[in-house]
Amino acid sequence: MPTITLNRKVFEKLVGKRLPTDKLKERISFLGTDLESIDDKEINVEIFPNRPDMLSEQGFSRAFSSFIGEKTGLKKYNVKKSPHKLIVEESVRKARPYTAVAIVKGLHFDDEKIREVIQIQEKLHITYGRNRKKVAIGIYPFEKIKTPIRFIGMKPKDIRFQPLEYPKEINGLEILSKHPAGKEYGHLLEGKDTFPVFIDANDKILSVPPIINSHDIGKITEKTREVFIECSGFDYDVLAICLNIIVTALADMGGEIHSMDLSLYGKKRISPDLSPKEMKIDLDYVNKRLGLKLSQTDLKKYLERMGYGYEKGKALVPSYRADVLHQIDLIEDIAIAYGYENIPEVIPKVATIGSEDPFYIFKRKVSEILAGLGLQECKTFHLTNKDLQNKAMNINLNLIELANALNQEYDVLAAWNIPMLLDVLKANKHHEYPQNIFSLGTVFKKDASEETGVLEQERLASLLCSEHTDYTRTRQVLDYLLRMIGLDYKIISVEHPSFIKGRVGRVIVKGKKIAFIGEISPEVLENFELEFPVAAFELNLTELFGLL
Amino acid sequence: MDLKTLARNLHPLERKVVPFLKATNDFNDLVGKTGMQEVEVMRALQWLSNRDILKIHEQEKDSLTLGKNGLLYKEKGLPERRFLKNISEKPIPLSELARKASLDPAEVNICLGTLKGKAAINIKKEKELMISIAENGKKLAAKETLEERFLKKPFPIDITTLKAEEKFAFDSLKKRKDILMLKKLKIKTIELTARGKELTKIKIDSKNTLDKLTPSILKTGSWKKKTFREYDVTINVPKVYGGKRHFVNQSVDYIRKIWLELGFTEMTGNMIQTSFWDLDSLFVPQDHPARQMQDTFYIKDPKQGKLPPIWKKIKDVHENGADTGSKGWGGKWSEEIAKENLLRTHTTVLSAQTLAKIKESDLPAKFFSVGKVFRNEALDYKHLFEFYQVEGIVVDPDADFTNLKGYLKEFFTKMGFLDVRIRPAHFPYTEPSAEVEVLHPIHKEWVELGGAGIFRPELTKPLIGKEIPVLAWGLGMGRTISEYWKIKDIRELYKNDLKQMREMKYWMK
Repeated sequence: MPTITLNRKVFEKLVGKRLPTDKLKERISFLGTDLESIDDKEINVEIFPNRPDMLSEQGFSRAFSSFIGEKTGLKKYNVKKSPHKLIVEESVRKARPYTAVAIVKGLHFDDEKIREVIQIQEKLHITYGRNRKKVAIGIYPFEKIKTPIRFIGMKPKDIRFQPLEYPKEINGLEILSKHPAGKEYGHLLEGKDTFPVFIDANDKILSVPPIINSHDIGKITEKTREVFIECSGFDYDVLAICLNIIVTALADMGGEIHSMDLSLYGKKRISPDLSPKEMKIDLDYVNKRLGLKLSQTDLKKYLERMGYGYEKGKALVPSYRADVLHQIDLIEDIAIAYGYENIPEVIPKVATIGSEDPFYIFKRKVSEILAGLGLQECKTFHLTNKDLQNKAMNINLNLIELANALNQEYDVLAAWNIPMLLDVLKANKHHEYPQNIFSLGTVFKKDASEETGVLEQERLASLLCSEHTDYTRTRQVLDYLLRMIGLDYKIISVEHPSFIKGRVGRVIVKGKKIAFIGEISPEVLENFELEFPVAAFELNLTELFGLL
Repeated sequence: MDLKTLARNLHPLERKVVPFLKATNDFNDLVGKTGMQEVEVMRALQWLSNRDILKIHEQEKDSLTLGKNGLLYKEKGLPERRFLKNISEKPIPLSELARKASLDPAEVNICLGTLKGKAAINIKKEKELMISIAENGKKLAAKETLEERFLKKPFPIDITTLKAEEKFAFDSLKKRKDILMLKKLKIKTIELTARGKELTKIKIDSKNTLDKLTPSILKTGSWKKKTFREYDVTINVPKVYGGKRHFVNQSVDYIRKIWLELGFTEMTGNMIQTSFWDLDSLFVPQDHPARQMQDTFYIKDPKQGKLPPIWKKIKDVHENGADTGSKGWGGKWSEEIAKENLLRTHTTVLSAQTLAKIKESDLPAKFFSVGKVFRNEALDYKHLFEFYQVEGIVVDPDADFTNLKGYLKEFFTKMGFLDVRIRPAHFPYTEPSAEVEVLHPIHKEWVELGGAGIFRPELTKPLIGKEIPVLAWGLGMGRTISEYWKIKDIRELYKNDLKQMREMKYWMK
């Protein structure tokens, strides 16, 4: 999750109040943000992804100020109407169909402020903008641009301009292959016949979103007083919210917001639109979900604490809030304003009868029976590797592979458990013998009749290892287990590449093959560097449980 | 205990040792004289020392032991002896001699050098070297050398006790490879206490003492006229280990028990799930970062599963909120993304499946699960890619946020944490959402143990068919379990170290 760094002085000025560090710490964490660190100069805060509007110093301070009761209620931002136009042309529809735009004037940038603006832009790109896929943001020195600006689609090789921080003019395809930003974000334009381009009335290219701005007219400097801002992407509402987050932060820096006339495939819009969205709020619903008895006055108070307005059963949702989809989102904010810490703890007096999964009970009994014979239960991961499952066992089972394993040690799901327990024995060679162990674990195999195409079953593996281990002893364990469960069984002689020929059997209960039992072959033991014989069985508990 | 009683109650091993204590104070010597095994003598001495009969002193001394060749030569004779034994006045080819005397080339060379130096052999050069014995050789063959005499001594030897001629042999042998080794050796000597000295004077009579109660003694009743040797019941005994359940499972069982006591019913389900159940049905947007490859394990083959009939409702909710009163996430919802198989990232997937099955007549209902979940994370002392999550839901038309706090408080109190608090948080499927923290009873710090909240209407309405509040939580217990077992590195939970598991105490809650 993204963190932002706040200059404590700037923060306190924006909030309008100085709080002692302890209080500040406590309040920040009850606002729904995680405090990472705090000292006299800086505060580092982690912002949850539902609140991109808090990703700037201005946005966070605004939310905090109203939360502590300093500057509460819906904050008003003035938008001056300007004559400037932006035209979205049909040619861009396939490449990147929408944009929301604004002009902000009266800015006074210094190094620090420029860094701050770039930081807001980057944080929004990564989080809300999903790495520029959903939203790409461009900020330009407006003084250098002649309106109307057009948003058009162009053939990549016809696009020629000098991209930001690049020594010369290159074409659209070269940008993708040569410019660092092109290499990083080029996949977002992959396979498109036309690239989206912002171009001004002098036919000068501003940028190719979501990749790069022009070096010439796409770079803000200390001399910049007026900026043109665009957010481009695929969903106009999403873009408008992102734009509003940026322009309100710039307004809090002292800027003056000017709107543009936006022509969207012939439809007219004024952008930005900072009017709040109305949302119905039902006091009964609020009280029912929270278990509180709030009045209309309380409701108003708490909504205002979270930066909302309130009018006759309706909340006025600030235009920069991205996370309010449903009334329930207002309820959370009311709870935050009320204080999670102030909500009582109540266990309702409703009787329900608990019950344990019968298969889990069965598995626990099986474990207890084996522990009663002196076997130690082990616990292995369900992720393992092919070498262990197959090669070391001299077998070739069909394994379920991960698409994105972290490493080769854990890249498949277990098809059986004996290999993992042999590995346990290998790791314990320096400890006292006998080493008699067992484990229960899920095993995975392909089965087209399952919803996921994979059948999951629980298996028990039991291994005896000592100088005196042999088939008889492991057979005694199996025999005891099945007798205690109360099932008759028979064993037929079979062959299995992991076991010694002539010393391996298949266990059959009520006509179903439910286990292998035998002495592990010396080749396999060598693969695990074991110096004592091992006799083992692996029993399908899922099947067995079905036979009870 | 008076000495007579003590004498009567001596263990058979002690009884064998005591008579020799007057004659020697050297441990090795004692082993030789008693004809017992070293461990037996040691055990007897240890017991006698516990009874204040003697003291065992240990001293480190430089002592000589035999190396690999030393042991060999002690048994077979020195190479030059074997060389001499196998030659006569009739010349013999060197290769044949080496074979007969079983000498390796290095040894042959040494013998040639030393014996020629002593003029003990004649060497003639024909096709190969021919060896015959010289007069000096015959004399040499007739008598034992100082080196040979030295090798016959019992080893280890205390180096300070060497006599002059032994010193000569020692100097000569130590130049040769792997014959002698100088080692720091622990020399044990025995010192009798005053009581011990008394004891050695007493005649030890064990005729009327019974050592072991055997079936035949019981049958004949012969024990009636005898007394039993008394044991030192205070003494330590070797450890035994019982078979037991894995310690993590012991903890898991306790956690399960708490939820059962609170009236919750268990939920179960698969570890491989479609993205549909794991994420989409929980209203996690399809472009949510949690779906990315670096967070979630996906399955290579079968890459996709099937969608249940309810998918159309879920699609609508994502795209436009359907009839839930929500705006939805907007954009297009893709069936292909929803079909992708993954290793479940949370057991909340089981809650979603439970809600999809529940009937209104079942309410109010409460469910829990304690199950494995997976995260694409590298293994280190703090992180596992596979770990337990404790999941719970309360489906009740009258449930509210205060109850959520109530259940969490109840659970954690039973887990041993008396202070529980929640803080605002964010999860795509709950609103309000909360982070659950407990006050660490020793460190007095708030520790994050999981997430909680009330499921969003966008989730409950399509799954249950009606907007009913569902309180939900997903808690991580790895930290609590590790702490109970005093484990610092979380990987140890699945290390399966037999010694550690055998020694580990039981979960006593």
